[in-house]
Amino acid sequence: MPFTVPKERWTAEVQTTTIGATEADGGTRTSTVTIGGDQSLPFLHFEGRTPYRPVIALEVLDEAPTQWPDALAEHYRDVWDDPAAWAQKAVDEFGADLICLRLVSADPQGTDASADDCAATITSVLEAVGVPLIIWGCGDDDKDNAIMPFCSQAAAGERVVLGAATEDNYKTICASALADGHLIINQSPLDINIQKQVSILVTDMGMSTDNIILYQTTGGLGYGVEYAYSIIERTRLAALGGDKMLQMPMLSIVGSEAWRVKEAWQSEEEAPEWGPLEKRGIIWEAATATFFLHAGSHLLVMWHPEAVNHVRQHIDELLAGQQT
Amino acid sequence: MALTAMDIYKNLPKTNCGECGVPTCLAFAMKLAQGQASLDQCPHVTEEAAAALAGSSAPPMKTVTIGTGDHALEIGGQTVLFRHEETFYHPCGVAIQVNTSLPEGEMTERIKTACEMEFDRVGMTFGLDLIALYDDDGRLPEVAAVAAEESSLPLMLMSDDPQAMRGALEVCAEGRPLICAATADNFEEMTSLAKEFECPLVIRGEGMEQLYELSEKAIEAGIEDLVLDSSAREPSAVLQDQTIIRRAAIKEKAEPFGFPTIGFVGGDDEVDKVISGCELIAKYPGIVVTDLITRDALLALVTARLNIYTDPQKPIQVESGAYEVGEPDASSPVLITTNFSLTYYTVEADASAGNLDAWIVVVDTEGTSVLTAWAAEDFTAETIAKTIKECGIEEKVEKKIAVLPGGVAVLSGDLEQESGWNVVVGPRESAGIPTFFKTEYEQRIADFN
Repeated sequence: MPFTVPKERWTAEVQTTTIGATEADGGTRTSTVTIGGDQSLPFLHFEGRTPYRPVIALEVLDEAPTQWPDALAEHYRDVWDDPAAWAQKAVDEFGADLICLRLVSADPQGTDASADDCAATITSVLEAVGVPLIIWGCGDDDKDNAIMPFCSQAAAGERVVLGAATEDNYKTICASALADGHLIINQSPLDINIQKQVSILVTDMGMSTDNIILYQTTGGLGYGVEYAYSIIERTRLAALGGDKMLQMPMLSIVGSEAWRVKEAWQSEEEAPEWGPLEKRGIIWEAATATFFLHAGSHLLVMWHPEAVNHVRQHIDELLAGQQT
Repeated sequence: MALTAMDIYKNLPKTNCGECGVPTCLAFAMKLAQGQASLDQCPHVTEEAAAALAGSSAPPMKTVTIGTGDHALEIGGQTVLFRHEETFYHPCGVAIQVNTSLPEGEMTERIKTACEMEFDRVGMTFGLDLIALYDDDGRLPEVAAVAAEESSLPLMLMSDDPQAMRGALEVCAEGRPLICAATADNFEEMTSLAKEFECPLVIRGEGMEQLYELSEKAIEAGIEDLVLDSSAREPSAVLQDQTIIRRAAIKEKAEPFGFPTIGFVGGDDEVDKVISGCELIAKYPGIVVTDLITRDALLALVTARLNIYTDPQKPIQVESGAYEVGEPDASSPVLITTNFSLTYYTVEADASAGNLDAWIVVVDTEGTSVLTAWAAEDFTAETIAKTIKECGIEEKVEKKIAVLPGGVAVLSGDLEQESGWNVVVGPRESAGIPTFFKTEYEQRIADFN
């Protein structure tokens, strides 16, 4: 019997979503990012098209990190006191497709920055770079709800992505995004049913499906990467199978998850069995990113510029096989 | 061609006796169709029906053994395309490439390094699996003799020259090495070598169609242990070919593709090679060949393999009980956590990183993390108190003070009542343990004195 290539007949494709708005669309971005639209499992060109390449956001914190290992700090130390300069470096030198700004200063356990301060930071970053933005709160629900309307307003019309709506806390962020023309991130704790539920909740509030990015939380290599891998894979399968509430493009947090793992930063003296430290963190971040790409993620939030270069090259290689 | 569940059902007794472990014959037929059950689980199936179903009830992918004894490597035997559907069986073997042109000292050093390389993770030890001798100067027979002496791991012999292969097999065939590879050009010679020496054989086709034909021919020639290589080496082509072969095997039950595959790590530097290795570990080869030899890179690959091949239905667990970190004594703190291995080993590692001497009391939560177990009511004041009573910690320490994970602070009152211990709420994240003990712990327990 001759061999025939087994192809799946998917009934749907991943939702296509554009982040950022140029002047023509009422914003000030000089470039936008479009993701999604995949017609197959990741990079299976014999089966369907991958119309848009996965993109890489570099993360910018709005105050200097205190515990970054040297391998990472050496690339950012000169700019980390100024989020605008940091963002600029990430775009100009490291080629970020977009900036993921995390408002850690708002944390009530830390600096407890005001909504005005956060909004001012956003304005400065928007002025410093032309790429689209993802804006993430500090993780404290009450505080995030207090600052998010102001942050959203500061970026009105720019089609930024606001993070994150959860099952228990979605109304403020959703209302802000609707008012100012932004997208939101739907976050769920490695649970596809909760992910779907969040999609239902925010679309019930009037959020359109092409203004949503899915985020299933993440684990670094060796620390739960397989849970995220399988949830992302299942979500892609559900999307191709026609589940409209799971059809949006997916985001994965790579940098912070990979670098908080000891394998990424512990010295060879402390852990001789792990080998030389020099490249270990970069390897850890690149490996973590690779899994999410192959599972079906569209937007990777990364930290180390060298890991970014290697992952970008891998994306090129994966897309190289596609007929144009 | 794969039979559908209905085709299979027609051949079953249709008595719904349940003796196969599935309530109805139809449900059993569905499991058979998915390769998740085997026909011999049905005690009442007739011989005729068994013959009719033989093809479809055979496992969709053969398990192939390379090497002998303690270090024998089993690969293949997969039943699904996605790990969440069931699990991936037989973690892929990592083969370390050794070129025959290396100076002998360097070569034996490399083999030794690969054989001895081990990593401890989640309470288990993981190493590498094969030494792949790549014949780049025609010295394979000579080098195979040395390697067979030096290597505790099984060998893989890489040469397209049947003469060299015969020479190598003559000195190392009893270790059941993997022959790599039979191609369209050397097919007759290589397949006869595989038969003569009873060794598993890699079939390399130029593209999928040729691979399919060669594999068919090898099966006809009576060779049972095959490993497949489509010749793809670029990441995009590799991903597609690996997927097509796996899919054809699992979903179409295409016999010539019902074998494990082999993949070759590509890339220019260490980081690229790890990326390529991770792609291969995820999708889908049974053997991943690399020339990487440094611990940092191989740690990542071995960890990646452990993650992908972890059974998603059975999280790795540690036994419930009282564990030691450092050298604890009667005055050392007692940390409470769950038996999900990732949780336990993270706590253990963070406590060690903080140079603590401490006890860790592990509660059986069926392998779930602190918050998941709490939500599922497996990590409650009652289960924790019961573990404290039963694990013997009460005889080991003078002061009854337990440190509870910050995420379940709400349990502290009930736990004090249930156990009679004093409870201190620790950090939410395990990573906060060193700082917590450096700056807060003494002060917090002062009241209990």
